[in-house]
Amino acid sequence: MSGNYDAIIIGAGIVGTACALECAQAGMRVAVVEGDVIGGGATAAGMGHIVVMDDSPAQLALTKYSQQLWRELAPQLPADAEYETTGTIWVAANPDEMNEVFRKQAVYRQHGIAAEVLDSKSLREAEPNLHPGLAGGLLVPSDAVLYPPCSARYLLEQAMRLGTVVLSKIAVKIGNGCVECNDGSKLASPIIVNAAGAASPELTPGLPVRKRKGHLVITDRYPGFVRHQLVELGYIKSAGSSTADSVAFNVQPRKTGQVLIGSSRQYDAEHKDVDQAILRRMMQRAQQYLQGLEDLSMVRAWTGFRASTPDKLPLIGPHLEDTTIFLATGHEGLGITTALATARLLVDQCLGRDSEIPSEPYLPARMALESHHA
Amino acid sequence: MADRPLDFNILIVGGGPAGMAAASAAAGAGTVGIVDDNPNLGGQIWRGQSFAVEQKNAAAAMYRRVQQAGVTHLPRLRVLDAPRPGILLAESEAGSYELRYRKLVLATGARERFLPFPGWTLRNVMGAGGLQAMVKSGLPIPGKRVVVAGSGPLLLAVAAYLYEQGAQVVSICEQSPFARLAKFSFGLLGDPRRLAQGVGYRMQLRRTPYRAGWWPIAARGTRYIESVVLSDGHRTQEVPCDYLACGFHLVPNIELPALLGCELLHGFVRVDEQQQTSVSGIYCAGEPTGIGGLEQAILEGEIAGLVCSGRTEALRPLLQKKKKFGKFADRLARAFALRPELRGLANAETILCRCEDVSFGDVRKHSSWRAAKLHTRCGMGPCQGRICGAATEFLFGWNADSVRPPIFPMRFGTMVGRGCTQENKLQER
Repeated sequence: MSGNYDAIIIGAGIVGTACALECAQAGMRVAVVEGDVIGGGATAAGMGHIVVMDDSPAQLALTKYSQQLWRELAPQLPADAEYETTGTIWVAANPDEMNEVFRKQAVYRQHGIAAEVLDSKSLREAEPNLHPGLAGGLLVPSDAVLYPPCSARYLLEQAMRLGTVVLSKIAVKIGNGCVECNDGSKLASPIIVNAAGAASPELTPGLPVRKRKGHLVITDRYPGFVRHQLVELGYIKSAGSSTADSVAFNVQPRKTGQVLIGSSRQYDAEHKDVDQAILRRMMQRAQQYLQGLEDLSMVRAWTGFRASTPDKLPLIGPHLEDTTIFLATGHEGLGITTALATARLLVDQCLGRDSEIPSEPYLPARMALESHHA
Repeated sequence: MADRPLDFNILIVGGGPAGMAAASAAAGAGTVGIVDDNPNLGGQIWRGQSFAVEQKNAAAAMYRRVQQAGVTHLPRLRVLDAPRPGILLAESEAGSYELRYRKLVLATGARERFLPFPGWTLRNVMGAGGLQAMVKSGLPIPGKRVVVAGSGPLLLAVAAYLYEQGAQVVSICEQSPFARLAKFSFGLLGDPRRLAQGVGYRMQLRRTPYRAGWWPIAARGTRYIESVVLSDGHRTQEVPCDYLACGFHLVPNIELPALLGCELLHGFVRVDEQQQTSVSGIYCAGEPTGIGGLEQAILEGEIAGLVCSGRTEALRPLLQKKKKFGKFADRLARAFALRPELRGLANAETILCRCEDVSFGDVRKHSSWRAAKLHTRCGMGPCQGRICGAATEFLFGWNADSVRPPIFPMRFGTMVGRGCTQENKLQER
């Protein structure tokens, strides 16, 4: 057994690197175990949308808190993190969905988040390439976008400046204060953070985390084609469904002028190959909202795996049985947004600090209770 | 212009010598089509060749065979995706097309390898084959001073062509040392035609200094190249020029075979004696199976064409000939192996990825192609890493990512499946 670490983080995605930095800033001696590229998993595959979501009060609290932490960090982020406060427009396709726009605005305002209702005409002014027939939308100006792999690398570099060590190996077993790696080495620490995303159940069997495959496609550079992150109001329905394959309109302007087009969700799709059928469905969905897409040049398509939980909330906190294991996983599509809050809440728990927001909704213990009910 | 069927019994991707040979050999076995992104048949090597009846050369003869075979030529169509078995998606200026096939021959050819050195992004620094193609397309070259440098048999062919077109070829630099080239040439004594071809080039160029064991270390100029600095590792020499035609041998175009699931071996498509890939019904011929040059490509194309049209009785002499060719590709690879000094030409500021303007220094910090891609955007541009990926393979020993669709940038409309109808008209040649 080797290493004098106060905490070992498994996984150098956006969540793991945020945890490493938070631990290091709290004065802990930290090791990060990552066998692959920094930010190479879901962090590389995802969009990098820093978004407040209101699917549940707990989701709203976590996303809002984390967005605030990103905003505070933003001035220090390097240029290649491509942080930009683009705002989000939740697009309403029809008058029915406008009711949802007003409901959503009321919720956001209640939580002190600026949100402006756009009618059909002002939606077109804000985004000229949207179809004229759309009913309107809700503009949330404080949402942002960034480039996740470089953001993760920045967080890790900051942690390394505070003494964090990065070990290029693969953790194969964790528990009882010990991390066993693929090279046969063993590392000891009173705190082991499982931040392995979609792979986290491989290290902590029994975790209620399922892989949820997603597709994205990116265009060549068309600066100004879209100006805000554009998401259909039905998105939460797509994200929230826990059975069928689903697609939703979700498009992002990159700082490079490229347009990132999503999104799809599939359970039980374990292979990383592009699934042409769902890719087409996803692109057709985008066509229902945006005009002029047909002639854009698509440079690449790819897939990734989200770590989803049954109640759409992450697992942040100690494992119920093995108290040396802390979980920071199950973020599904919100890992980039909630990474900083996840890290803060986790370290609060490790050190017995008070948290800025209640941490109970994210404790892994809730899942154990649920499974008892079932 | 009549509608043409886009449903083929045998579809050949690539209209170079291997593809043309496959098409003519497959003639009569139902509908045979050749799809290629160039306006004319001939590929890179026969680009701009006249196929007129009075021409006596091999290209024209091959062209006549293809014509007589009643092969459908689909020009200016680029294959981008393979959405389902038996179907390829292709695009032209005019629209997108779904191409159906029962048997497929991949004759996708090769491209030049470029390596970064200071000044390589100056204007008029081009690939050797690249400059040749531009001259064939009308770039005026008479009287221009051209240095041809890099590696591979292509250099001599390009130099000879440019000389014929009136260029002043001031120097030809082959990075491979003389001893290795001599050994290779000696090996060619068993193959008089190839030797004659090489000697022929040298005769045409006899007033041009040919230097083995020399390579370019920098191009100088403000916007356009004004001179190139050449070196043999001990001495350097600055040579004024208007163009630098520079390529470091060839890289096989294996993206489509890989997308179709064909097994690769050491970066080439693995085929059996009969050009069959690891995927049933898909054959591969020419450079993607090993950089072996024109005659080998034609032979492999013929074999693939005969096999997929079921005419195996005519195969035997071809297979024997193929055996005699032996390991020509291996000998070629040995003769033109890149020297390690070429890994050290670029400095930290030299651009490595031209699509995304990423410097050599920034890429060098990373430990793998994927890490470099994710953290620097290297290889993320429209060329999809075809240029910088092949460079980093040599520079750092990195392996490219797995191939994902689309293999070239593709219109959204094509990808989403609109306009993929058989009614779309194809331009005639």
